[in-house]
Amino acid sequence: MSTIFRVLGRRVSIGKRSFSTSGEAEKLPREGKNLVNLFTAINQALHIALETDPRAYVFGEDVSFGGVFRCTTGLADRFGRDRVFNTPLCEQGIAGFAIGLAAMDNRAIAEIQFADYIYPAFDQIVNEAAKFRYRSGNQFNCGGLTIRSPYGAVGHGGHYHSQSPESFFCHVPGLKVVIPRSPRQAKGLLLASIRDPNPVIFFEPKWLYRLAVEEVPEEDYMLPLSEAEVIRKGSDITLVGWGAQLSILEQACEEAAKEGISCELIDLKTLIPWDKETVEASVKKTGRLIVSHEAPVTGGFGAEISASIIERCFLRLEAPVARICGLDTPFPLVFEPFYMPTKNKILDAIRATVNY
Amino acid sequence: MALLRRFVSSSPSTSTLLRSVSHCPRFFSSASEDQTLIIETSVPFTGHKIETPSRSVETTPKELLSFFRGMSLMRRMEIAADSLYKAKLIRGFCHLYDGQEAVAVGMEAAITKKDSIITAYRDHCIFIGRGGTLVEAFAELMGRTAGCSNGKGGSMHFYKKDARFYGGHGIVGAQIPLGCGLAFAQKYSKEDTVNFTLYGDGAANQGQLFEALNMSALWDLPVILVCENNHYGMGTAEWKASKSPAYYKRGDYVPGLKVDGMDALAVKQACRFAKQHALANGPIILEMDTYRYHGHSMSDPGSTYRTRDEISGIRQERDPIERVRKLILSHDLASASELKDMEKEIRKEVDDAIAKAKEIPMPDPSELFTNVYVKGYGVESFGADRKEVRAILP
Repeated sequence: MSTIFRVLGRRVSIGKRSFSTSGEAEKLPREGKNLVNLFTAINQALHIALETDPRAYVFGEDVSFGGVFRCTTGLADRFGRDRVFNTPLCEQGIAGFAIGLAAMDNRAIAEIQFADYIYPAFDQIVNEAAKFRYRSGNQFNCGGLTIRSPYGAVGHGGHYHSQSPESFFCHVPGLKVVIPRSPRQAKGLLLASIRDPNPVIFFEPKWLYRLAVEEVPEEDYMLPLSEAEVIRKGSDITLVGWGAQLSILEQACEEAAKEGISCELIDLKTLIPWDKETVEASVKKTGRLIVSHEAPVTGGFGAEISASIIERCFLRLEAPVARICGLDTPFPLVFEPFYMPTKNKILDAIRATVNY
Repeated sequence: MALLRRFVSSSPSTSTLLRSVSHCPRFFSSASEDQTLIIETSVPFTGHKIETPSRSVETTPKELLSFFRGMSLMRRMEIAADSLYKAKLIRGFCHLYDGQEAVAVGMEAAITKKDSIITAYRDHCIFIGRGGTLVEAFAELMGRTAGCSNGKGGSMHFYKKDARFYGGHGIVGAQIPLGCGLAFAQKYSKEDTVNFTLYGDGAANQGQLFEALNMSALWDLPVILVCENNHYGMGTAEWKASKSPAYYKRGDYVPGLKVDGMDALAVKQACRFAKQHALANGPIILEMDTYRYHGHSMSDPGSTYRTRDEISGIRQERDPIERVRKLILSHDLASASELKDMEKEIRKEVDDAIAKAKEIPMPDPSELFTNVYVKGYGVESFGADRKEVRAILP
């Protein structure tokens, strides 16, 4: 199924992030539909999570007034400060505290204010959370742990408000890493992550918090983890991405279609454990693959996808797997448009791969 | 109440803020420039495991006027940065220091450029205090080549090597262990210099602060940990984040001093005292009781977690610039209209600096790849088709 989501009024530099599906871009149905943006969808998911489970807690820096991105508005007033509370400024403490809370069968939903700040918590997440069930022989676990964090470029974030650290966590067996692409996906995936009996890191694309607007069902619903989704069918080349990058990939697919290249686009959704079967089936059909993400190319998660697909589909591949990713530099300040994997870079890669 | 004593003695050489601003003739109604004045701080110091310094601070008319000029310049710069941000000439995140100028100015008055300073992201005014120019500051904010970090750092990453200003750090609390390392190096080289590590009330809850305190106390490092307590860690008030908001006591075995951070003279006294202590005995914590008028950053209105009455109350009662203005006027060191002229001149200077900074070009796109590694030991970067090498990163 295709997603219709509309990006509103983005100021443009290079690499314009505006999106249009043919014919429907200008009409924005407003009457009677539950059109919400990403932070509202996440807020709805959190409300439902706390409503349905009396032992669910939301905490993090500045969450009680609503949080820096408004994802936690209204929670403290509705559920009380015993369940929704601010923590001091200590990520390592927040993560460790969340793990302990989860170890006693509670649902601990911790927020790390920006993914760039997650590194002090890295030890807790990798050494404590991921290995708890394993090393205690299944006596204990912190499956109720969900860590939510805004990640990714936002146009002017600079070094410490734009990073995409997902690949560090993909290297850790025992964790799940989930990244939604749109409001409807976010609500379903977040509820699924919270209720999943394993520790999950949920990265939210901060660029889309206000910009992505979509119809989101009001009820409680979950979307399955570890299932990738083919959001656009094609036959010449497969493109894989996640989060905010999908809108760029979708634009590139549109333009490639005008040149007669039929692109198949897959949203990975869960990065580990990732849905190898769906991607493999698609590459067996098309014979070509491009992976795109904002994180630097060397050691990014695209490398894992590329290696796995080559192992599985070597004889079917018509061209090497291409990775269009951020450059191998720290996330820059003024040079962001050059660093980012833009639509044109992807188009170049599509053409080069198809004409290999 | 202030005492005025007439001595004929030379004043200790103090701030070098005048280096970055143009000289203007000063007219004194009475009292010579270098005459010593003794002025009492607004409140006495409170100590933790240490005897507090005296409340009476020695200063000179020259110093007071330089405080006034320095703080007004900083205030004007921050307000101009606010407008530039709203005009989208400054992008990214911008954390303004207005309200806290007394800390920057008072600290500089007590130390030399050989003492090192390291701070977090609210660093524009510390940079100016260290001798940075307005043009460098605005150029860096706008991401231009002539900025102090060549346009690559932005608002949160100002540095000045020749003045031993080690920046400018985005991650909260990360600069604290760094500062202790700097202090170790300074102790090792036997220069009799100290390091000032600045952090905020939010950062005071980071584990790395306590790790660093332990190391510096163990090894007697000449580090002065300055907690700029503006009472709000972004949107969270100090009493909601800290069990003990008495940050000067948090060092436990490390002595501490609580200082009125809105009084430049108190800051100067405390920093001078702390420097002597650190050189002789090792680390000490200074808690500066200060306040920021703006929100945490330009994305934060600053009014969702505190009342406007509180902000305007502090502005009326404790504003650092107004305090110095009153001192100057009550001691007849300059007339009100002279001070107004000074302010007008500062305003013009800031506007000129902005105009000049706007002319400076953005860095060349090849700068994206410079300084990732040391030159010559870089990485190759491939084009989109992964076949040809497009660039070898310098």
